[in-house]
Amino acid sequence: MRKRTSLAFGLILLLSFFDPDPYRSEIYATAALYALLALGLNVIVGFAGLLHLGYAALFAVGAYTYALLNLRLGWPFWLGLPASGAAAALAGVLLGLPAIRVRGDYLAIVTLGFGEIIRVVVTNLEGWTGGPNGLMGIDHPSVGPVHFGVDSKPYYALLMVLIAFTAAACSRLKHSRVGLAWAAVRENELAASCLGMNARQLKLLALGIGGWVAGLAGCVFAAKQGTITPDSFDFIVSVMVLAMVILGGLGSVPGVILGAVVLSVVPELLREFTQYRMLLLGLIMLLLMRWRPQGLLGPASALFRRVREPAA
Amino acid sequence: MSRLLEISGLSKHFGGVAALEEIALEAERGAIVGIIGPNGAGKTTLFNCISGVIRPESGRVRFGTEGRAQDLLGLAPHEICRMGIARTFQNIRLFPEMSVLENVRIGAYVRTQADWWEALWPWSRRVRQEEAWTSELALRLLDRVGLSNKVDQTAGSLSYGQQRRVELARALASEPDLLLLDEPAAGLNHAERQELMGFLRDLRREELTILLIEHDMRVVMPVCDRVTVLDHGLRIAEGIPKTVQEDPHVIEAYLGTET
Amino acid sequence: MSAGDLFLQQVLNGLTLGFVYALIALGYTMVYGIIQLINFAHGEVFMVGAYAGLTVLLMIGGQGSAAGLVAALGAAAVVCLLLGLAIERVAYRPLRSAPKLSALISAIGVSFILQNAVMLVYGAQDRYVPAALPASGWKFGAVTVTPMQAVIFGVSIALMVGLQALVYGTRLGRNMRATAQDPLAARLMGISVERVIASTFAIGSALAGIGGVLFGTYYSTINFHDGYLTGLKAFTAAVLGGIGNVPGALLGGVLLGLLEGLAAGYLSAQWKNVVAFAVLVLVLLLRPRGLLGERVAERA
Repeated sequence: MRKRTSLAFGLILLLSFFDPDPYRSEIYATAALYALLALGLNVIVGFAGLLHLGYAALFAVGAYTYALLNLRLGWPFWLGLPASGAAAALAGVLLGLPAIRVRGDYLAIVTLGFGEIIRVVVTNLEGWTGGPNGLMGIDHPSVGPVHFGVDSKPYYALLMVLIAFTAAACSRLKHSRVGLAWAAVRENELAASCLGMNARQLKLLALGIGGWVAGLAGCVFAAKQGTITPDSFDFIVSVMVLAMVILGGLGSVPGVILGAVVLSVVPELLREFTQYRMLLLGLIMLLLMRWRPQGLLGPASALFRRVREPAA
Repeated sequence: MSRLLEISGLSKHFGGVAALEEIALEAERGAIVGIIGPNGAGKTTLFNCISGVIRPESGRVRFGTEGRAQDLLGLAPHEICRMGIARTFQNIRLFPEMSVLENVRIGAYVRTQADWWEALWPWSRRVRQEEAWTSELALRLLDRVGLSNKVDQTAGSLSYGQQRRVELARALASEPDLLLLDEPAAGLNHAERQELMGFLRDLRREELTILLIEHDMRVVMPVCDRVTVLDHGLRIAEGIPKTVQEDPHVIEAYLGTET
Repeated sequence: MSAGDLFLQQVLNGLTLGFVYALIALGYTMVYGIIQLINFAHGEVFMVGAYAGLTVLLMIGGQGSAAGLVAALGAAAVVCLLLGLAIERVAYRPLRSAPKLSALISAIGVSFILQNAVMLVYGAQDRYVPAALPASGWKFGAVTVTPMQAVIFGVSIALMVGLQALVYGTRLGRNMRATAQDPLAARLMGISVERVIASTFAIGSALAGIGGVLFGTYYSTINFHDGYLTGLKAFTAAVLGGIGNVPGALLGGVLLGLLEGLAAGYLSAQWKNVVAFAVLVLVLLLRPRGLLGERVAERA
């Protein structure tokens, strides 16, 4: 069964890559970008169990890092990529440092608050970030003689490669000593601490890795668009990615990719319904929580098991 | 005989209530020390102080044999585990969604070192070695507690008594020098109790030092080398089981209770 | 106008805003006191109230009048009361035994649905709210108080006094306090905890709805996105005062309103939002229990 689904999946990928229609190619590229973001957020929310409502801010850090390095210092894309990843990873950790001291729902609000603060600050620091009009003229990447330009396909290919590596890395992490430790901290932090796990460090690690991935995605986004504005990093983006992770199944690597594809492609198929986007998203979240909290491919995650724990 | 654990002057208040008042306790290496007392006496609070979950207002908790003893107060729980102390909990704290095997394997976390970075490369030798070692250790421990046939089941799906055994195996996986057991006999039937007592004696033979909180005198008296009695946060008696059993203060504290 | 006069005027404006925040914050704080959950959809209730008020004002001819304002307030209170009951029923009650984070996500879902629904019906652009009262006010020394401001103060204070009377003088209020202290004991005493929770949502939502109408008529424009922003600020006010603490909601609201008013006056309109978010983050990190609240458990 596994083999057949992988083959089917590979076939779909191949077909989508050779699809000549530019409009659809754009959709594939968007879906791929979201899939990458979903993989990153999955590490934070799915693996480490931290409800993060400000992921778009880390995405923004990645995008603006490359944009500024490119526009002000002339850095090429391939240097900007790891730099963006590192910057966003650092941001993830720094913003997370104070946040993980507080409890679940407070953590969510703090990350939301930080996300908004970053967006507002970016919008207002005209001198640095171009303010509400953003930054333009960002370089597209080139690989040797091949220049990327505005066509979606090369970005799609690049994202495919990034997704492949990220997904593989996430899978390995999930089943490693660290992955098991994340699960333990998620399911019972007190017991995990008493078994030698440094919960704080483990959470910060997840935030760093999640940030790194968001940074990569941000860099690719900036390079592809050529122009970035603060509007692209709104709260709704954070919620979208979160919805993708939940829909796909918290913690499930193939699941969140699927969730991202579904939530990117379906609204596009129903083109006339863009104004119903938030409604659909809201309905999905509501219905999922009520009827299938584990999403499409996730096992019942500890995040959603019925609380039976008596006081310590 | 060397003293592994030495607690003195330990006090902890919650609001205006004294949960622990100037508590003193010693444990020799390889001994089983029972801690008994009526409900609310402060027994679990004592464990929480030792394992670093709670910060007491005053006192000392020295751990380690002569010359290498260290004060535990102020250390975080994960650091204390690293030093060789493991515990179980009154209300079982397993990782319910993980399998039984995974629960015990993660118990050995503190004895392994593979970093997250190493896990990313498929060819890391240390990762493979440690995975093999932890699996083998976990299987061995689970066999010891009689749960070899439940190894892949979700921990939350086991019966109460079985979950207690998993928690015990998990604690042992960290290869501790000192084991804190919080009411391990609660809810066990006669056969399970006998098994537990035999198990504790086996552990003592292996030089493991055990602190045992228990309500069930049928377990405490035969198995413990020494017994400390707490009541309302105070230590009201200490000695060998027989002496403690006949102590009038202890009898008074327990007036009318005990199965 | 001298610098001192300007300052006083800013203080007055800030206070006005603060009272509106307080009305909304009460809803957050009451619900949290009862079920220990942050009602993420509460901001949208406020927004719906504003739009309900707008609808009423438009229906009676688009001109503003004092009677119109009263009708708007009443309509918003009723609509939001019902909406609050519906939200509790749909997003919270079925998830009672699920972990808190499920309820949070579910509430985010409701919030999105409401925003989009209003956007579809009323459009995405700002909507103009007809002024209900004359704009010219009364001068008290250097400061001018407009009738609308007076109404806001009056209505808010009346409502808060009414709430105190309800919480401390009626059976329902007693039941609410008991449930907030110990739901299990309350249930054993024969109190219908479900009824208490529903009532709490209803009352908090009605207050938010009234706040919405006051906000809308005071600022003259409303947008479907206002719920998110104002909701977050009112939540900040509730947390600042001490979440779960009713007088805290008033204190927090007033303080935040003042801070924001001064920031808007002396910095810029852009930065006043940062002030609110910064306060939120700082309070949650440095003193999660707020000014008047009790110790908040820091570990799940």
